[in-house]
Amino acid sequence: MKLTVWTYEGPPHVGAMRVATGMTGLHYVLHAPQGDTYADLLFTMIERRNHRPPVTYTTFQARDLGSDTADLFKTSLRDAYNRFQPEALIVGASCTAELIQDDPGGMSETMDIPVPVIPLELPSYQRKENFGADETFFQIVRALAKPMERTAQITCNLIGPTALGFRHRDDITEVTSLLSDMGVSVNVVAPMTASPSDIARMGAAHFNVLMYPETAESAARWMQRELGQPYTKTVPIGVGATRDFVAEVTQITGRDPYLDDSRLRLPWYSKSVDSTYLTGKRVFLFGDGTHVAAAARIARDEMGFEVVGLGCYNREMARPLRTLAKDYGLEALITDDYLEVERVIETLQPEMILGTQMERHIGKRLGIPCAVISAPVHVQDFPARYSPQMGIEGANVIFDTWVHPLVMGLEEHLLHMFRDDFEFHDAAGPSHHGGRAVRPDVAGGPAPAAAPPPRDISGQKKPGAEVIWLADAERELKKIPFFVRGKARRNTEVFATERGVSEISVDTLYEAKAHYAR
Amino acid sequence: MTEAPRLPLSGGCRNEPILKQRGQREVFCGLTGIIWLHRKMQDAFFLVIGSRTCAHLLQSAAGVMIFAEPRFGTAILEESDLAGMADAQAELDKVVDQLLARRTDIKQLFLVGSCPSEVIKLDLARAAERMTERYAPSVRVLNFSGSGIETTFTQGEDACLAAMVPVLPKTAERQLLLVGALPDVVEEQAVSLLSDMGIGPIKVLPAPRADADLGLGENTVFALTQPFLGDTHAALDRRGARHLPAPFPFGEEGTTAWLRVIAEEFGVDAETFDKVTAAPRARARKAIAQASETLRGKSIFFFPDSQLEIPLARFLTRECGMDAIEISAPFIHKGIVGPDLDLLAQGPTFSEGQDVDLQLDRCRQARPDLTVCGLGLANPLEAEGLATKWAIELVFTPVHFYEQAGDLAGLFSRPLRRADLLHLEATT
Repeated sequence: MKLTVWTYEGPPHVGAMRVATGMTGLHYVLHAPQGDTYADLLFTMIERRNHRPPVTYTTFQARDLGSDTADLFKTSLRDAYNRFQPEALIVGASCTAELIQDDPGGMSETMDIPVPVIPLELPSYQRKENFGADETFFQIVRALAKPMERTAQITCNLIGPTALGFRHRDDITEVTSLLSDMGVSVNVVAPMTASPSDIARMGAAHFNVLMYPETAESAARWMQRELGQPYTKTVPIGVGATRDFVAEVTQITGRDPYLDDSRLRLPWYSKSVDSTYLTGKRVFLFGDGTHVAAAARIARDEMGFEVVGLGCYNREMARPLRTLAKDYGLEALITDDYLEVERVIETLQPEMILGTQMERHIGKRLGIPCAVISAPVHVQDFPARYSPQMGIEGANVIFDTWVHPLVMGLEEHLLHMFRDDFEFHDAAGPSHHGGRAVRPDVAGGPAPAAAPPPRDISGQKKPGAEVIWLADAERELKKIPFFVRGKARRNTEVFATERGVSEISVDTLYEAKAHYAR
Repeated sequence: MTEAPRLPLSGGCRNEPILKQRGQREVFCGLTGIIWLHRKMQDAFFLVIGSRTCAHLLQSAAGVMIFAEPRFGTAILEESDLAGMADAQAELDKVVDQLLARRTDIKQLFLVGSCPSEVIKLDLARAAERMTERYAPSVRVLNFSGSGIETTFTQGEDACLAAMVPVLPKTAERQLLLVGALPDVVEEQAVSLLSDMGIGPIKVLPAPRADADLGLGENTVFALTQPFLGDTHAALDRRGARHLPAPFPFGEEGTTAWLRVIAEEFGVDAETFDKVTAAPRARARKAIAQASETLRGKSIFFFPDSQLEIPLARFLTRECGMDAIEISAPFIHKGIVGPDLDLLAQGPTFSEGQDVDLQLDRCRQARPDLTVCGLGLANPLEAEGLATKWAIELVFTPVHFYEQAGDLAGLFSRPLRRADLLHLEATT
């Protein structure tokens, strides 16, 4: 047993739901107890879908156990077929049904449903959501895709986008237009937007674009082997990666490389003098392997940040990420325990976090700016406006998204610095409501009490906790802008510990500052 | 004392036939009760023994609360736990040790059963007894099941409170016990109204802390503030406490009727009752009249969710002028919602349980002006042109008693007002 509060990924059958919900004309019959329908609202609320996920749950209850759960499954399958008339069905068990061993696959074979019924084996007690999506898509492709004559024009399939995928909707649009500029049209996008009959047409494409390895790598490998379709290895997130992707497509198709970068603004924005203050900003990255790998390259090579830590929660991507981390002189953090992520962030004291919804909250607690680069995400990260991560517009979106919290941080700092200023102190009232300002009783007004430091819930001893800060050094530290204060504290403590100094004075603080000057 | 509510001319609905269908049910399991229960019991921790699905559900339901280091968590079963039973008990001990070492503020620990733990017959009752001995006197360990195979949504609270009743100390004191977790602000209003009538002592289940001086006995009478407390009702009954059946305190009429039953039990005279209730009643009526303008004459359809449906339908039809087409609840306990059924005019279909596809067919055919349903159905129905009110909010928002009556009507009128407000077509 493992004590868990937050989980980065749902169970594998939620991954299967992501595939089914992204598709059309496919229905999922899930052997599951009452209550498992909670997952529907991830799709209807977070992604704001305007239809119910195409999932029928058998919803067995205690009174059904031991007697007729198998019949219940058969009835549900029959009813679902009759009501929805799908082109194909997938069937499987949720974690509880896995324990009662009814074998949905075996049962559906005996029922002569007139469309393909694809059984799923999703081990709920070993694997998680991304595996569920990848395995489901793989089984669907394996059951329905066939070798066939290639299209006369050069075409490809886009594979990997699913329901509840982070920015999948707009990434499809961006990659499609990028390929179209090169004279490559899209045969099938799958699983999202595809029907089972579309899956059957996938063999006609010349190659596959693997957009998200987490959800389609197994299918990509199978199609390479069985249908002779090569697949792209570069995920086009970031300027450099997009250019590499174009080169890779060129190599596969023999077409001339072409990238319309007339709307590409990241390079100039990143060069402009306003961005100088981004230089060497220490960032920590966490999320799914694909987005973290892409973000690390953008952070270092395109924004001029310093990557001080990176990791992922999906162990399927552990190996490529460990290899990548070496290139950055780092040890990758592979964990699905958010407390561990929090501890690492606290130790590193980065100036910015790029992560998931979870890291956003860790950042909030520690007062560190944060931008979201990966699922799991909340409703605000399924935006109404066009916001891809991939391609040219993706790079523009990423620049804005990452810089935004930092600029906010700077604004906050300026307000903080001038909070005792005669016009800006807390009691002064909004400055643009001329003449409404309340005069402070005491000139300058009382400085508001600083917010209490966040409670440490990690149960860990902080590094350097044995070093004592003298009162005047502590006061001096408070004068340092809050968004670099954590770094200054940590650097000073490390500096003191290395030199065997047990009390930090103002001098120690400034000696450390000189030592770490960049 | 003010007159009792007038009964409907068409006769009440206590003996109306109930449609019972079996099939797919689009409902939450009882684990969701933990989300609001842990806010009420300040020294309790809820440890679900379940799968990643259980953890994922709690996370989806708890939303942003997850990040406040809440007092609940899941011991996720792994492959090794499914192999042998003795091992699972040892694993559970390990997790609980780890938890209690980290959270020394915990005085009550609930081991919460889930579908997976029930199916593998993990004996949590025995585990709770063993741990109670081990951690006595600092921590009391109890267990209940919030599994989907046994409980629907708010029944999780019922299972939890019912597990607490047998271990409460005995008392011969004549007292009133209010049963059901309410938002603090609402609970304070209820207690102060009753205290102003001279009723006391008043106790509340669940008490905010384990060390509250809550006892039970033959001289305890109890009033339910929530309709989904059937098992708790039975457990209190077994301890000799007596139930005061009443309509539930929603709206002006419901609150007054609920208070009156208690006032009569404690011999409060009519003058005192009127003096205490007159002003808040007038306020509530005024607020309801304003908030329910858009609701008059509109039809409403309830999908099953929380067991609040029958009392709410009574409020909306009698006090807001709505017409109910179908009122369905996951479970209908006539000993508890009987007084509300008596006040409902005949006409609506009553259903218990659900076959969601068949119920959706009925809803589409009826085209109600407002549909009360869960979040899995709300947006899809909106897309079909039906106005919806998502039901879960009714469990999390303060809606009981006089001061919230206007807000309660407002929860239902807002979606209709919004539909009237939005104009997205060209003006030509």
